[in-house]
Amino acid sequence: MATLTATLRLRRMSTRRPGDPLLMVSAALAAGLVVLAVIGPWIAPYDPAATDVLAASQGPSGAHLFGTDSLGRDIFSRALTGARLSFAGPGIIVLGSAGLGTLLALAAAWHGGWVDRLLNRLLTLLFAIPGVLVAVVAAAVFGAGFWAPVLALTLVYTPYVARVVRSVAVRQRQLPYIEALQLAGLPTWRICLRHLLPNVAPIVLAQATIGFGSALMDFGAVSFLGLGMQPPTAEWGVMVADGRSEVLDGAVQQSMAAGLCIVISVVAFNVLGERLTQRFGGTR
Amino acid sequence: MNNAPLLELRGVGITAGDRRNRRTLVRDVDLTVAAGETVGLVGESGSGKSMLVKSAMRLLPRHAATSGRIDFEGRSVLGFSRRELSAYRSRDVALIHQDPRAHTNPLRTIGDFLVEGVVAGKLLGPREARQRACALMAAIGITDPEHRLTQYPHQLSGGLLQRMMIVAALLPSPKLVFADEPTTALDVTVQSEVMAILQEQIRERNLGLLFISHDLDLAAAVTDSLAVMYAGTVVERGTTAEVYSRPLHPYTAGLLACRPSATAVTRLKPIPGRPVSAYEVASGCAFAARCPFATEECRKDRPQLRTVEDRLVACHRVEQIGAELAQVVHS
Amino acid sequence: MTTRSVIAPALVVEGLRKEFPAHSRGGKALVAVDDVSFTLERGGSLAVVGESGSGKTTTARIVAGLERATSGTVTAAGSGKGTARPVQMVFQDPFASLDPRQRIGAGLTELLRVRIGLGRAAARERAVGLLAEVGLDEQHAARLPRDLSGGQRQRVAIARALALEPEILILDEAVAALDVSVQAQVLNLLRDIRERTTVAFLFVSHDLAVVRQVTDQCLVMRNGRVVEQGPTAEVLDHPRDPYTRELLDAVPRPGWQPRRRSA
Repeated sequence: MATLTATLRLRRMSTRRPGDPLLMVSAALAAGLVVLAVIGPWIAPYDPAATDVLAASQGPSGAHLFGTDSLGRDIFSRALTGARLSFAGPGIIVLGSAGLGTLLALAAAWHGGWVDRLLNRLLTLLFAIPGVLVAVVAAAVFGAGFWAPVLALTLVYTPYVARVVRSVAVRQRQLPYIEALQLAGLPTWRICLRHLLPNVAPIVLAQATIGFGSALMDFGAVSFLGLGMQPPTAEWGVMVADGRSEVLDGAVQQSMAAGLCIVISVVAFNVLGERLTQRFGGTR
Repeated sequence: MNNAPLLELRGVGITAGDRRNRRTLVRDVDLTVAAGETVGLVGESGSGKSMLVKSAMRLLPRHAATSGRIDFEGRSVLGFSRRELSAYRSRDVALIHQDPRAHTNPLRTIGDFLVEGVVAGKLLGPREARQRACALMAAIGITDPEHRLTQYPHQLSGGLLQRMMIVAALLPSPKLVFADEPTTALDVTVQSEVMAILQEQIRERNLGLLFISHDLDLAAAVTDSLAVMYAGTVVERGTTAEVYSRPLHPYTAGLLACRPSATAVTRLKPIPGRPVSAYEVASGCAFAARCPFATEECRKDRPQLRTVEDRLVACHRVEQIGAELAQVVHS
Repeated sequence: MTTRSVIAPALVVEGLRKEFPAHSRGGKALVAVDDVSFTLERGGSLAVVGESGSGKTTTARIVAGLERATSGTVTAAGSGKGTARPVQMVFQDPFASLDPRQRIGAGLTELLRVRIGLGRAAARERAVGLLAEVGLDEQHAARLPRDLSGGQRQRVAIARALALEPEILILDEAVAALDVSVQAQVLNLLRDIRERTTVAFLFVSHDLAVVRQVTDQCLVMRNGRVVEQGPTAEVLDHPRDPYTRELLDAVPRPGWQPRRRSA
């Protein structure tokens, strides 16, 4: 046992290395993006809806950092303002799916047996359904807009969170400290929420971060298809779609700017999520 | 035992971690093991005893570094090329682990496990290896060896699996065996049996054995000489009989005194505090914080191993505390 | 040992049996515990001794209520009065038996507030008192388990168990994972607790030397059955069952030599 602790100590030292540069960079980038999304509308140099036909379809310049679209709206201001909506959708999706997924995972891990098996079947079923398709169908049935795709994607993202969190929760559930708490006579809900949950929280956070990246992409895709946010709203997916007609006229700036915003955000959050997962030792 | 030593460690130190956060695990250890000699390395968690064995086999993880000299039959182990190292590991030395189950592949048969090393090392052909393995099994009292070869690790008890580890270790006819807490995971009755077998084989073949244990009583029963480690250093070294019956270092005495007895009920005399690792010790004697005899000198200067009455002790106050130590142990 | 007036026993176990279902269809069920009976007096200390597979831990888990017996009865004193749990347990692994994300003090006050019904200030005061009883102080209350050594964690586990004022404290190999120098500290602590309180110990262990120090009565188990039972000193000094003798012979001690069994 002495040997065991020695090796454990050695291993802990190697994993607790403070410097994970990729983690630091992606965390800083993601945090920066969120801050921009929050304060975007206040720092935007122009009104994102203000048209200026005299300055339509201009390339990037000192006055218009990313140029203007075919109606002469400032693309930089639109991208900044749109960030809020583009993040709000995925934000709600992730909050919802992480909450729901964690709840299901804890229930499955706690009860085991048939509850666990049932959940597993359910997850397998949900995994087979492509996310964007569900969102499209939801928009078709309940009407295009913000809530239909958001709620549909929340449902679609839940199994991803549930699966990973379940595996971590099952491991925690078997540790003696949970048994000790049961023996102490603490109510089950208390053990789950005050003890089990904090111990799976890191992996929930990591999963939610990865989910945020994917949700951003899917939500943008739905808007791009014209089933989510509608023009003239400033939102990245809408902007990419709007820009398509301009591309043929040689003005790539709108699609390019909005597309880049999406790509950078997705990469930042995905990398951050991966690094967090690594650090918190979850299994995918 | 006037043989030239098989294994010789000189001023061995081990550090681990990255550049910003390097930690000392073992500091300045000298140790020799000769052919036919069984040396016990005893210490609690954090003492660095397992690290020392790993470094002697060059099995330390990448972020750990070894300094000093480790010689096997006069050749520097730390300087071995890749080929020399694999020859050294496959035929000169063998390692028996604490947990045999963690060191066997559950999907491979015992036969595969036993002969893999010697066949891969081109020491024996597959058929010969199996024959030798069976003969060895029979010698250490394993019944029906041919059948055992076809079994899987989960079909064997812990004690039987550990005996297989001994077979695997002895099959390439090594000169030196490292046994790292080989019986810690076993029940006492099985421990007795496995130790008896190991001791018998080691003696019969005149091998060197470095026996690592946290159990001073067990180590004392099976070794010729003892090295007691604390916080990454050897604090006392000498023949087993002497160290065990008349410890000179306060830590050795404390270890002996705090072990409960199965034959009497006494108020135990624990060593206060907890065992520490080398990197937790700033200056002075690593044991000073837990030592009832420590003085200002002990807290300031790190004591070096010095010869006292035919053995090596790292303590400033050996001469002054001799009588009191005897009392600690025998009261 | 101090003499105690004997009222009702703290624990009576009768005809305990536990079968685990067979792994494969048609396979035989594993009988982990087979017809085990014993009595633990109030404030007494009973050792359940055995090697792996003897059924000692399963017996303890059934007494704790963590496992259901196939047949037999477990009667614990005080099991009638309200919601209080008469049995608490200290586990073997000090690294896994505390919530890694809860500070020591917070864990104790949680138990005291939720289970004993103390107010915030009273709970905090009692928590410090409990820590003092196990040789820790206020400063440890603010720490997380990972900042404590194995011995300190085991002390915390004992304090947590005592917080609920149980009739019976089960110690399942509670000192087995500790370094010898620390093990002695915890054993002394356990003896102090016995002198101070009326809690009864059910001490599950493979280590006869440890058992000798903290128990009066002793139960030797093998393959799920009790092979010998009696006062600890009597059993260890004059073992009647050959298996008990074998166990004693296998304990390393001065002058001991490892031996191959002749069987």
